[in-house]
Amino acid sequence: MAMLEVRGVSRFFGGLAALTDVSFRLEQGEILAVIGPNGAGKTTLFNVINGFYPASKGEVFFKGKRISGLKPHKVCQLGIARTFQVVKPLQRMTVLDNVVASAFLKTPKRDQAEGLALEMLKFTNLYEDRDLISKGLPLGKRKRLEIARALATQPEMILLDESFAGLNPTELNESIEIIKKIKEKGITIMIIEHHMKVIMAISDRIVVLNYGEKIAEGTPEETRNNKLVVEAYLGVAQSA
Amino acid sequence: MKKYLPLALLVLLALLPLTGIGTYWLHIFILVIMWSVIGMAWNLLGGYCGQVSFGHAAFFGLGAYTAGILYQKLGVSAWWGIPLSVVVASAGALIIGFICLRLRGPFFALATLSMGVILRVTAENLNWLTSGDLGIMIRERTWVDKTWYFYIILLIAAATYLSIRMIVKSKLGYYFVAIREDQDAAESLGINTTLYKTIALCMSAVFTGLAGAFYTSYMGYIDPKVVFALHDISIVAIMVVMVGGVATFGGPIVGAFIMVMLAEVIRSIPKLGAAHHTLFGILLIVIIIYVPNGIVGDLPKLKKIFGAGGRT
Amino acid sequence: MTSVQLEVLLQTLIAGLLLGGLYALIGIGMTLIMGVMKIINLAHGELMMVGMYIAYVLFSYFQIDPYLSVLIAAPALFLLGMALQKYLINPVLRVEAIIPENQVILTVAIGMVLATLATIIFTSDYRSTPVEYASKTWYLSDLWKASPIELSLSFTWTVSFCMALIITGALWFFLTKTDLGKSIRATAQDREAALLMGVNVGRMRVITFGLGSAIVGAAGCLFMPIYYLYPDLGGQFTLIAFVITILGGLGSTVGAIVGGLVLGVFESLTATYIGMGWAPVGRFVIFVAALIFIPGGILSLFERKRFGK
Repeated sequence: MAMLEVRGVSRFFGGLAALTDVSFRLEQGEILAVIGPNGAGKTTLFNVINGFYPASKGEVFFKGKRISGLKPHKVCQLGIARTFQVVKPLQRMTVLDNVVASAFLKTPKRDQAEGLALEMLKFTNLYEDRDLISKGLPLGKRKRLEIARALATQPEMILLDESFAGLNPTELNESIEIIKKIKEKGITIMIIEHHMKVIMAISDRIVVLNYGEKIAEGTPEETRNNKLVVEAYLGVAQSA
Repeated sequence: MKKYLPLALLVLLALLPLTGIGTYWLHIFILVIMWSVIGMAWNLLGGYCGQVSFGHAAFFGLGAYTAGILYQKLGVSAWWGIPLSVVVASAGALIIGFICLRLRGPFFALATLSMGVILRVTAENLNWLTSGDLGIMIRERTWVDKTWYFYIILLIAAATYLSIRMIVKSKLGYYFVAIREDQDAAESLGINTTLYKTIALCMSAVFTGLAGAFYTSYMGYIDPKVVFALHDISIVAIMVVMVGGVATFGGPIVGAFIMVMLAEVIRSIPKLGAAHHTLFGILLIVIIIYVPNGIVGDLPKLKKIFGAGGRT
Repeated sequence: MTSVQLEVLLQTLIAGLLLGGLYALIGIGMTLIMGVMKIINLAHGELMMVGMYIAYVLFSYFQIDPYLSVLIAAPALFLLGMALQKYLINPVLRVEAIIPENQVILTVAIGMVLATLATIIFTSDYRSTPVEYASKTWYLSDLWKASPIELSLSFTWTVSFCMALIITGALWFFLTKTDLGKSIRATAQDREAALLMGVNVGRMRVITFGLGSAIVGAAGCLFMPIYYLYPDLGGQFTLIAFVITILGGLGSTVGAIVGGLVLGVFESLTATYIGMGWAPVGRFVIFVAALIFIPGGILSLFERKRFGK
């Protein structure tokens, strides 16, 4: 049984089809990357899986259980956490409190939640910053905080939306390390990314979307050599 | 040191009636304390949970009329209104919440404003229940001396303060703030935002209703235009928190003190009396632009403006 | 249906449409502001009140006809609106605050100040502009001698309605044919794109608020001959503007027109068949119902929803 199964999912907004008949599976422990030009429907896909939008057609199954149509908080309770492209931490709270807030989901007791939060902060190299007010954090740390918050809900699967965008090379490597550690923990990962180098380095498999349709699926090697993919990206320089 | 401030304040206030300050000032302090309760209640929903209600008069009025109707229709002492208002305010909050909480931001504000007005119009027209515009008058005053009223509202305020403090520091508090900062992210992190917003609204409504029920017994007379008032109750509630300090424990208390004193001062200046709403409006504008988080909330900012000037 | 019943119905509908036209103007002002600045202006009704007091003063002291006052009130409110936006609202949008709804509270405060200033200056007495043609009416039987039913058309209502049409037409022309108008619409649709194309977005907001205020001020002047004035009437018109905006869909000018007409007819029907005093309640009910059931406005029920990501 696959961890996640997306079956024939379409999502329409009025007359526009953001997603058309997308299907794929995600096995436990995998890192699956979703790539595609801007506007291909990647974030919409996350929004459907996450429960923000209902699928206009098709269904989503998580560990064999149908989750399409459930509200986002229910989806999270079942084990899927997600981060957002535009990172918005709880600005006036400390880094620690930010994560404590998420930790309450599965550990309702205050001291337990705090313990879990501290663990997650160590995991994402934010332990030293735990008492800082999150408003002043640089982008890289804010993105890691976002990941820490998602991890504190003790998910089995995590959806990362452009966690690498805008990072400098050092921050990039730090984040890649964290992703690898997440995989080691046995958490299944699905990421949206534009950073080709990162994708090729860490993904087990890749799904390529273009204009809301899945145009390719396969290993990094297969995807790199896929004519359709190259065409879709034609004119877009490969990021170094 | 700072930790004992609330306790010290409580003790000071408890001793106040014994200092022989006279009926007028006792009345003023009763109002201040009552408004602290309303302010703290609004702050829980608006300051901590980010749902800005423009219709808190709805809950104040529901509490007031609970007490009033008990007296008028059932011949029971209006004081029973205080415990019963908890039920009525909660019921009101559930209904109002069902209608309004699905709306975000300014639309929530507008919807709650409408709720306040709808309740006022209802109270004005449901003559058989509320005596409409005539209002309800409590003929037998429990005490002539204000002292006991003072201690009752002080008790209510202390209970409110402690409850809210406990709530904010608990898981509920974290969830409220998460919802305020980014409702979508909170939802994605497993927080049932509808449920928690409703809880915040109910709690806020209950505390406000207590103040309303107290008001009936204290003032001895209520009518729809007074207890369901938009400018004099709903907006003052907002001002108490905005002036005093948003999302702080002490803010509403400071704000209540300032607003009540300000109202008294303005009322006593002969020419300016009619302009008291205008000045409130101007004050609100100034606060919003320069000190939007209130005095306690923006204390560092204020310190810089006033304090740093004196130092080299 | 008897001829009397038909008469009553038609009369009600006509009254509703005439009212609706004026309402539409009020709604357009608000929807423009909402569309461009995403600002909820709770002082909208008070701005209209200011326009009405201007018309009142001009009539009482200078014997200027209220319809002509439009030419004075509209620019005056344009300037007032721009000033409010530039000196009060813009700063608030920049300030960092815990409560997200500061801007709404600000407009409420502005409304309060305007209303209470009016009370101080003019007292809360009802005021009106009793023009000499106030009771002039046209009758259907005058035009069509053999008409089976009698319909009457009030002169002032009709003139107000026609002027509202003219203003709406002028606005449509401005928004679609002039560069400035197109810039405003561009800013409303996509702020970032407009910025990138060289539109001075900051200036657009100031101008749009001014424009919205001018429109509602003009609407106020058109209301003077047929209504009466007191400082607190702002509140009900703000609500009317909101109901129309919600019914018509936020930011949609055509929607505001449709919404205005719908509301006008609805209120007229309510007044005739249920009772005069129920209009305010009816408004609230529609408002809340619309917020809950048709968040996209009536037009969204017919059109497809725009793609939102």
